[in-house]
Amino acid sequence: MAARSAISPQIEPMKRYLLQFAHEHFDFRVQEIKSILSLIGCQATLKESDLNDGSPFMELELASDTVAKALMQRTVLSKRLYEFWEEGTSVSDVSTKIRQLPKDMIEPYTSESNSFRIVVETFNKKLSSGEKISRIEKLTETGSIFRGPINLNCPDYSFHLLEFYHNDATSQPASEPSKIYFGRWIADGQRARIQQYHLQKRHFIANTSMDACLSMVMANFGQIKDNDFVFDPFVGSGSLLVACAHYGAYVAGTDIDFLLLHAKAKPSRAKQKARSQDESVRSNLQQYGFESKYIDVLVADASHHKMWREGCQFDAIITDPPYGIRESAAKIANVQDAKVITLEEGAQRYPQKAQYQLGDIFKDLLNFAAKYLNKGGRLVYWLPIYKPDYQESNIPQHPCLEVESNCEQPLSTTISRRLITMVKIREFEGPESDREQKASIAVDHYQCETFRQKYFRATETETQEKKESDTLSSGKNHS
Amino acid sequence: MKLLTHNMLTSNIIKGVTKGFPLGITSTKVEVKEVDFNPAFVVKTLTKIDYPALYQAAKDIGYADGLPEKLEDNIKENEELLKKLHNALLQVEVIEGELVCPESGRKFPIANGIPNMLLQENEVENVAQ
Repeated sequence: MAARSAISPQIEPMKRYLLQFAHEHFDFRVQEIKSILSLIGCQATLKESDLNDGSPFMELELASDTVAKALMQRTVLSKRLYEFWEEGTSVSDVSTKIRQLPKDMIEPYTSESNSFRIVVETFNKKLSSGEKISRIEKLTETGSIFRGPINLNCPDYSFHLLEFYHNDATSQPASEPSKIYFGRWIADGQRARIQQYHLQKRHFIANTSMDACLSMVMANFGQIKDNDFVFDPFVGSGSLLVACAHYGAYVAGTDIDFLLLHAKAKPSRAKQKARSQDESVRSNLQQYGFESKYIDVLVADASHHKMWREGCQFDAIITDPPYGIRESAAKIANVQDAKVITLEEGAQRYPQKAQYQLGDIFKDLLNFAAKYLNKGGRLVYWLPIYKPDYQESNIPQHPCLEVESNCEQPLSTTISRRLITMVKIREFEGPESDREQKASIAVDHYQCETFRQKYFRATETETQEKKESDTLSSGKNHS
Repeated sequence: MKLLTHNMLTSNIIKGVTKGFPLGITSTKVEVKEVDFNPAFVVKTLTKIDYPALYQAAKDIGYADGLPEKLEDNIKENEELLKKLHNALLQVEVIEGELVCPESGRKFPIANGIPNMLLQENEVENVAQ
């Protein structure tokens, strides 16, 4: 972009668009868009304040329809994108305004030879089909700009009337829309992928497999692209690798759980008695036609960085470390003066695993990323937190890594997890013993209590509170 | 386990080992699994690998046919060679075998195509946190 603007100083004219988000993972939505736009190298202006009152609609400016389509090719948290035509507070208001739009903007889509349809969609209110039809009639009545034939199934152009009704749960739902938009449909987002990659249909799952939507969000935050080499040090069943392979990356991972990688662990699905021989990360990639993207998985301890040759580099590290709730956080015990263990030929022995303090997991992960990421590459991982104690200084830091974003997914009233995205901004210059080159946590969230203790304390309190309020309300019902 | 992965691994995690690269490799079962040929990825990968180690590993398991001992600079244009390198890096897989630490002789078993790099407690280096 910079090189180009040097040749032609005038800024590319930007066009107005309207983005319709899905109604979930609120804290991630804008960040996903920003991450994709920076990946495809496009300038944009986002009107983030549009979302403040709970609206799923956000206005933005982009250079062209081509950019807009490229954006929608990746986002899983957006439903649709429209060319912005008009906004208003009533249908007649909008209808009047679109008649005054410049001819060169609308005529390519509204002439006699172009078939069209108008779709009415509302948010926070349901309309009867009669109400919808009356709106469409208002837009297409005499003097309307739409001169082509109506075609409901396969029109040349699709126009959307979008109504947002404010609803803050405390007061009565609004009867009048607070905003109405009118736009030309450009492209859908990738919501259908969530079904395509759904865990219910996944051959191999583990207890903590990441759902399809968040896996793809993570791949977008990691800016995964064709021919990247992506690594997951806590690979499990490889859900994150599936998402990364979808975006064209080659993938590899490690896990300390020998039984899981060898399909001998206890099954994660209800009613399943034993895992079948071919339950593997490879088979998960195979299921979607990504077998060519599979490099390897290894049974290994993620805290042993030196297992990797110096100079071997990954384009991204995307991972969901174990929190010690459903999967134990473990590494190989470091026993001083341990007896030499002699194994009989062919005997299988599992080394003793030690509790892996969560703070240490994250510091290890950052140290690993600082060394083995390409410069400019991204580390994307989840940090579980106990909300009442959380502060920004809990985020682990490393001199080679810069926090790009930090988005929260609430899991209960007191527990949430944060998706941390870091960019490697400078090369690691050892030695590893140098304190200046090491990851640190200003205030360790897990110092006094493990996350597990916090988690179960919170859950107990919540259950108790619920019981109390249940008793109270049932008492009320009886009185 | 693919030879690309072998090329990235060391046994430097064992107490007392200083370099641990390249790992020796023995195999009792090797399979060649077809992977889509992607010259861009092969070229990119070649900039990061240690070629002598790749050549030696391929030789050790008997799949070095047609691979040059040294890599010339103009590999990009040589599609035939790129295909051979593609085969060595991504298609040849050790299903059953062992990785061997060049310094201590410690063996890491490969079973079902998956290497096991876990150490016993007494082998782990004391790393000060």
